[in-house]
Amino acid sequence: MATDTPAVEVENLVRQFGEMRALDDVSVTIRKGEFFSLLGPSGCGKTTLLRIIGGLDIADAGIVRINGVDATEIPCHKRPINTVFQSYALFPHMTVRDNIGFGLRMKKVSKPDIEERVKRVLDMVQITKLADRKPTQLSGGQKQRVALARAIVNEPQVLLLDEPLGALDLKLRKELQIELLNIQRRVGITFIYVTHDQEEALVMSDRIAVMRIGKIEQMGEAEDLYENPSTRFVSGFLGSCNLFDATVKQRSATGAVVSTPAGELRVEFGANPPAATKNEKFTVAIRPEKVSLCAPGECAGENRIKVKVKELIYIGSETHYVLQAGPQTITTEAMNTKVGWQGFDIGADAVAYLPAAGLLVLDD
Amino acid sequence: MKMRKKGEIRFGEHLTHTGQVLRSGMTSGPGIFWVTFFLLGPLLWIGVISFMTRGESGGYERPFTFENYTRFAGWGFFGYDLLYPQIILRSLVLGAGTAILCMLAALPLAFFIAGLPPKHKNLALTLVLIPFWTNLLIRTYAWQILLAPESPLTWLFVKLHLVAEGTSLYPGTMAVYIGMICDYLPFLVLPLYSSVEKIDWSIAEAASDLGADSPRVFWHAILPQVTPGLVAGIILVLIPATGQFVIPDLLGGAKVQMLGNVIQQQFGPSRDWPFGSAISFIGMGVVLLGLWGYAKAAGEKGGDLL
Repeated sequence: MATDTPAVEVENLVRQFGEMRALDDVSVTIRKGEFFSLLGPSGCGKTTLLRIIGGLDIADAGIVRINGVDATEIPCHKRPINTVFQSYALFPHMTVRDNIGFGLRMKKVSKPDIEERVKRVLDMVQITKLADRKPTQLSGGQKQRVALARAIVNEPQVLLLDEPLGALDLKLRKELQIELLNIQRRVGITFIYVTHDQEEALVMSDRIAVMRIGKIEQMGEAEDLYENPSTRFVSGFLGSCNLFDATVKQRSATGAVVSTPAGELRVEFGANPPAATKNEKFTVAIRPEKVSLCAPGECAGENRIKVKVKELIYIGSETHYVLQAGPQTITTEAMNTKVGWQGFDIGADAVAYLPAAGLLVLDD
Repeated sequence: MKMRKKGEIRFGEHLTHTGQVLRSGMTSGPGIFWVTFFLLGPLLWIGVISFMTRGESGGYERPFTFENYTRFAGWGFFGYDLLYPQIILRSLVLGAGTAILCMLAALPLAFFIAGLPPKHKNLALTLVLIPFWTNLLIRTYAWQILLAPESPLTWLFVKLHLVAEGTSLYPGTMAVYIGMICDYLPFLVLPLYSSVEKIDWSIAEAASDLGADSPRVFWHAILPQVTPGLVAGIILVLIPATGQFVIPDLLGGAKVQMLGNVIQQQFGPSRDWPFGSAISFIGMGVVLLGLWGYAKAAGEKGGDLL
């Protein structure tokens, strides 16, 4: 699907609001046909970036290119881009049908054409029955469908979505995530999706950019971001992570032995080995589900740490443990694959295994 | 099972029917009384009078007749004369003209005030209201002085080539409209402002995002949102402005009659109450007809304009 010209390129965008720098030298390239998510906590600049791409806001510095054409100075209403707003922003005085046809009317598309295209989109988002209602007569999920239909009927090059599912309840959100994904696959429009929901981003996106205080902290495919976060922030924002302050005891080019509050651990470096040498510090992290538990005496070897079970949370298919290893707490998630309870009770002694390959080295 | 005693639950408590009547009576009673006895009653009486005959020395007496209405429509003592229809038309033009000019002035003003920082908004609204602190007559006389040939304002207009050398705005149509706008602008600005304050600007952004340029964003996304305030303001201006006669008299040179003068004249010097009542009713009828027509048109468009 990807062709040579990217759908959107932004270079060195800066946006200042008073004292606050909402975007701080942000550059990103979004491929054609891609489902690209901007993920971050509120106030990280993700919505500002989206608004600048859409032309609803203007950057203080930097360039926006759409389809390879410099669009920095092109006003919003002339960009081949449409937006699905967080508040839906439907025209309250128009019916659903007129709302959806608005963009086409602005482009002076002929009446029969408008009718035909509106009908097709109504069908696609399954709201044909609601066509003659006013927005006030719709539920949140229905409004969301209208907002989506109103945008995609224009067949934009790029569709911007600003937390479109943010106001809906969990069940509906999950349904619409899948539906949205299917529609994106079907129409082949490039989607740029803003969300603060990490799960939503992981489920839907081809690629994700994690943003933090005006900068893109890390960008990549969902799996890559989850498995190889490069900073403490990304590791904590996408899923959760056990973090250890590590001091280097010995190191080679591909790995190191470090001492942590929980004990001594061997670490294997990934693509980006840290610069730290002997007696210097970095952060070591491991995802809870990569930690396994066994009874004392049942397993021995490297990266095995004696722990005491401090808390356990039983959630049916899994049990989550909070473990105490000296001053360090370690969390782990274990699938309950055995029949009957064969886990560890609170206060029990156990051994946690932190495989060297699962240990990540993070920047602060 | 023992059921609770009957009675509707209103505002979280049980109220018997009598209790409800008593409460509504005590709260809205005075208002209903006032409107019935001091507005509807007299109005109805005027309606009755308008079908009666003028007495020998004023007053009104039987027989009942349509003569007052036919006289207004133009059939008088001296054959057919369009004097009164012309007067009502003139008054409507003045009212509509004032409303249109006030609207054109109020739209940018309301948006300007709504865009001010919060602490300046109240100051701006107070400034809009300040003319109300002065009596209408005094304000109008002030305009006579301001627009007189020897005033600095006229001098400025002459220098700007808005007025020919040696003439002035007062007395004249321009002076009338200046006085009218000055008097009625706040009635339009205030309701319009309250609508502008509530605008959802993301709807304007959506329109722009969907390809509407600035004029079309205003027309399709902003104007519909302020329509309720705009309509309320226009009605508040149109109705009293149509009946206005002090300003046209004082600033227009008292050369033409307005609806207001004629009514005042009939009840005053001419002592023809029945004819005065008929003119009042016709004036009111015309305005109500206009509002009804508007409401109907708005209803057909599916808008919630009223």
